[in-house]
Amino acid sequence: MADTSRLLEIVEKLRTQNSAWIKETKNALGEVTVTVPREHIVDVCWVAKTQHGFDMLADLCGADQGVEESPRFEVNYHLFSTKHHQRLRLKVLVEEDEPKVPTVTSVWKTANWHERETFDLLGIVFENHPDLRRILLPSDFDGHALRKDYPLRGFEPYSLT
Amino acid sequence: MGLENTLVESLPDIITVKLDAVVNWARKSSLWPATFGLACCAIEMMNSVSARNDLSRFGAETFRASPRQADVMIVSGRVSRKMAPVLRRIYDQMPEPKWVISMGACATSGGVFDNYAIVQGVDKVVPVDVYVPGCPPRPEMLVHAILMLQDKVMKESMKDRRDTIAGESRDAMVPGTLPVTIDTALEAEMISEGKNPYSVASKHERRRSS
Repeated sequence: MADTSRLLEIVEKLRTQNSAWIKETKNALGEVTVTVPREHIVDVCWVAKTQHGFDMLADLCGADQGVEESPRFEVNYHLFSTKHHQRLRLKVLVEEDEPKVPTVTSVWKTANWHERETFDLLGIVFENHPDLRRILLPSDFDGHALRKDYPLRGFEPYSLT
Repeated sequence: MGLENTLVESLPDIITVKLDAVVNWARKSSLWPATFGLACCAIEMMNSVSARNDLSRFGAETFRASPRQADVMIVSGRVSRKMAPVLRRIYDQMPEPKWVISMGACATSGGVFDNYAIVQGVDKVVPVDVYVPGCPPRPEMLVHAILMLQDKVMKESMKDRRDTIAGESRDAMVPGTLPVTIDTALEAEMISEGKNPYSVASKHERRRSS
């Protein structure tokens, strides 16, 4: 099991900077997951990058917990440091009624396409994104394919079945 | 020396024959496929040209990178919704006479991919001449499909191979998809004005409209 003491130290530093930044910390299976309120995610990412060495956004993805769940969606930020080789996961919970998250393209440029993919497949809108278009599905696609309530064969007449 | 001498002695200098028979014989003996690998079936397609199976025995080994030089489109693999307009355009760019082989279960019927992303059979996008089952089909099956296509070519008449008919032309839109030209505002504007953004009218089209 990986040693997470260094990551927990970083999380504690974040908490001392602003206690509102961290809603919940989970330390399991050698991975540290921090739940961050939606309005603070850009600040946390910026501090993690500039002050704690997380210079690489390894992945940004969304997840649909199911139609009956509340909050239904979550957005995960997988941070990696090429300096001290630690991995940290940030998590933002999003309600179905207002699936909006501020963009982190100002922190990492690579978030651009990752956020487009999350928008394309789950319909989570990234506010102030420079170019929020579909990236994988055809531009005339109806709906968001990775939502749990999306029918496998798609909607007519698109399905061509 | 060999066979030639016997032939020269036994045959007359001039023989008469149906034009269709000669033209079709020439066409079937040099079917040039377009390189259009879409998925794992493409690996078997490559194998069918390799030394072991040697498609060149039947004159169909010359895979062309340009659809303008190709006669057969071998749709080898699953066609995604996003790829369908591209596939259609490549088909439209091939000059007549042209044929289509649907290779494998996915191209033929969607195969295991019964979902929103995959076209359920490429015959919804282009007219198909020969279907090859299998997942993926063995190279022998593709060779057999070429032979079946050759039989089909021999039964055709030149009179049936004119310009693209309206229902199969570029303007005929695949139901449920948009043309690949939809992305820029200028192109969208040209489409709404009834112009085709990418084409200078071909000789055929100019002749047809006059």
